[in-house]
Amino acid sequence: MEAIAALGRGTLGTVQILGRSALFILYVLYSAFIPPYRFSKVIKEIEFIGAKSFLIILVTSLFTGMVLALQGYYTLSKFGAEGVLGSAVALSIIRELGPVLCALMVTGRAGSAITAEIGIMKITDQVPALEMMAVEPIKFIISPKVIAALISLPILTAFFDLVGIFGGFLVGVLMLGVNEGSFFGEMIRATEFADIYGGLIKSLAFGFLISWIACFIGYNAKATTEGVSSATTNAVVVTSLSILVIDYVITSVLL
Amino acid sequence: MIRVESLNNKFGHITTANDVSCHFEEKKVTVLLGGSGSGKSTLLKQMVGLGRPDSGSIMFDGRDITKLARKELYELRKKMGMLFQGSALFNSLNIYENIAFPLREHTNLSDSVIKTIIKIKLEMVGLRGVENMMPSQLSGGMTKRVGLARAIVLDPKVVFYDEPTSGLDPIASGVIDKLIVDLNKKLGVTSIVVSHDIDSAFRIADKLIILFYGNLIAEGTPEEIKNSPDPKVRQFITGSPDGPIPFTLTDKDFIEDILID
Repeated sequence: MEAIAALGRGTLGTVQILGRSALFILYVLYSAFIPPYRFSKVIKEIEFIGAKSFLIILVTSLFTGMVLALQGYYTLSKFGAEGVLGSAVALSIIRELGPVLCALMVTGRAGSAITAEIGIMKITDQVPALEMMAVEPIKFIISPKVIAALISLPILTAFFDLVGIFGGFLVGVLMLGVNEGSFFGEMIRATEFADIYGGLIKSLAFGFLISWIACFIGYNAKATTEGVSSATTNAVVVTSLSILVIDYVITSVLL
Repeated sequence: MIRVESLNNKFGHITTANDVSCHFEEKKVTVLLGGSGSGKSTLLKQMVGLGRPDSGSIMFDGRDITKLARKELYELRKKMGMLFQGSALFNSLNIYENIAFPLREHTNLSDSVIKTIIKIKLEMVGLRGVENMMPSQLSGGMTKRVGLARAIVLDPKVVFYDEPTSGLDPIASGVIDKLIVDLNKKLGVTSIVVSHDIDSAFRIADKLIILFYGNLIAEGTPEEIKNSPDPKVRQFITGSPDGPIPFTLTDKDFIEDILID
């Protein structure tokens, strides 16, 4: 009996958190559209979420593309199909690895920092201080972050795709000797606009997800040192898992 | 100015306010005194609308803070300044931008006017010249003074101080005490101070209110409080560990507790 009650409590708790987070993000989006607009805050957040993630995205994408070419060559050469290596690399990156890996890296770098920043603002009373100065904290702190993530993620993903394909080219063409013409020819032939468009949708969804979860968990963190550290961990774990789940959902809908 | 009427509030089974009624007079310094867990900080939060009580009302300028919509509350907050216990400066902004923040948010003043205002406010707290420093470069006492400059930058009618002297050395505490009294006189603001620092409270208060586990146990001028015969008040101002306010949490007998277990 106690077990059933506990199950019920757990479920209710989860549903309640989901509901609260939904209301939270609706309010965040609503306040983003009400003046005064905070363009300079958004630019600052794009610098933090986007520009400062650039280097790790560069490294991640380069090596992802390179290892894809290596693995792809090994597999494809068994069927004598090395010629389609270009399309294999491009499609896996554009459709799948670009948006997902990019989002996971941004989660680790910026998502955790967002949660910690908001949590620390709570501990040090900066959030109530904003309220006391008659500035809406959600509008001031959170909305710019969500907008910035929505702008940053597609751009980062585009760079990921580009550099990833370049990495594939380095290994496939320059190192393993796949014919350059067939590498790019096959790539262009096989890649459709829908593939790119699908990747874009994913990156938008992930940008939304990252900022939503990181901000919600940070904003609801307990105002203690422990509270913030566990909130930061939670934010990364929950975001990463959600990205993988949502990725499957979007893929299955788009296919 | 602010009138608290039959305020009741509970968190779980901890009572933070039990039918508390009190009055904070205009242009006076009123100190809300109490130990940790006495409900004084909660009361302060509720007076500024950062929390809502279970029942009762808090009249500010004839309007009930506990029933205002967010928009009206924000409008009213422009007449309030608050110095937080940890100063609550934005650590990503320098001192100048911290103090300028409310001005940039709520006025259309030009940069040169803002600059002048900030100089005046910093002079009031004796810190002209720190404009370009970051909050992390200042000592605790100095950040409090910057926090105070920010709290008064919009020329509020009421300034709230949450534990203004806690964590400060005696000299820095003395400076804050002096500032509270000075600003009260010079600016004619109503000052409401939450504190557990008895010495500081007696130095600055026009009126003292003592809270004890959610109950208002004394109210009066420093003289009246000093001469109060109430044993609870006496225990509080002399700081004795045991008395009507018990040292141990439970009234279970110690020996019994050990033996029966």
